[in-house]
Amino acid sequence: MTVTRSDLTEAVYQEVGLSRNESAQLVESVLREIVDTLAQGEAVKLSSFGTFSVVNKAQRIGRNPKTGEEVPILPRRVLVFRASHVLKDRINTTTPWSGD
Amino acid sequence: MTKSDLILRLAERNPHLFQRDIERIVATILDEITAALARGDRVELRGFGAFSVKHRAARIGRNPRTGESVSVAKKVVPYFKTGKELRERLNAQS
Repeated sequence: MTVTRSDLTEAVYQEVGLSRNESAQLVESVLREIVDTLAQGEAVKLSSFGTFSVVNKAQRIGRNPKTGEEVPILPRRVLVFRASHVLKDRINTTTPWSGD
Repeated sequence: MTKSDLILRLAERNPHLFQRDIERIVATILDEITAALARGDRVELRGFGAFSVKHRAARIGRNPRTGESVSVAKKVVPYFKTGKELRERLNAQS
């Protein structure tokens, strides 16, 4: 099952006692605030969840795996998420194993 | 920006709400994502990215200091993939 904005809205609605409409708007503003901060290159640290940081990558030479052709990969900014220990522990103790 | 900065910024934009409501909203969202991952579910948020879990098999690791072999148990790790829209925004002006 995939969790989306509407599930987050429903959870906020159940938990906080605002209208569904307002819950949806607030979920949206929380996400927008996080995304806008990251888009400006600023890191977002959410304690007991994890840290999103923006990392500058230098140019490097890549290769088209199909043709073997060398192509430059331009310098770019990427987002890195590091999960906190709290999140890692929570996931490890309960997540059903489906890796075998 | 930390979680408390986030809460303060949201409180400024929503003066009709109590700060403790904003705190609960942020906590509920993060808890919901955590609970989904703990069930092994995916979380897809357009314009932001997708959270999922990856399974790591048990392996024999090595203590890098002593060279000693240690067994590392299988584990489940959280994973985040940046959404297309945000990836493009990160590289928009530079």
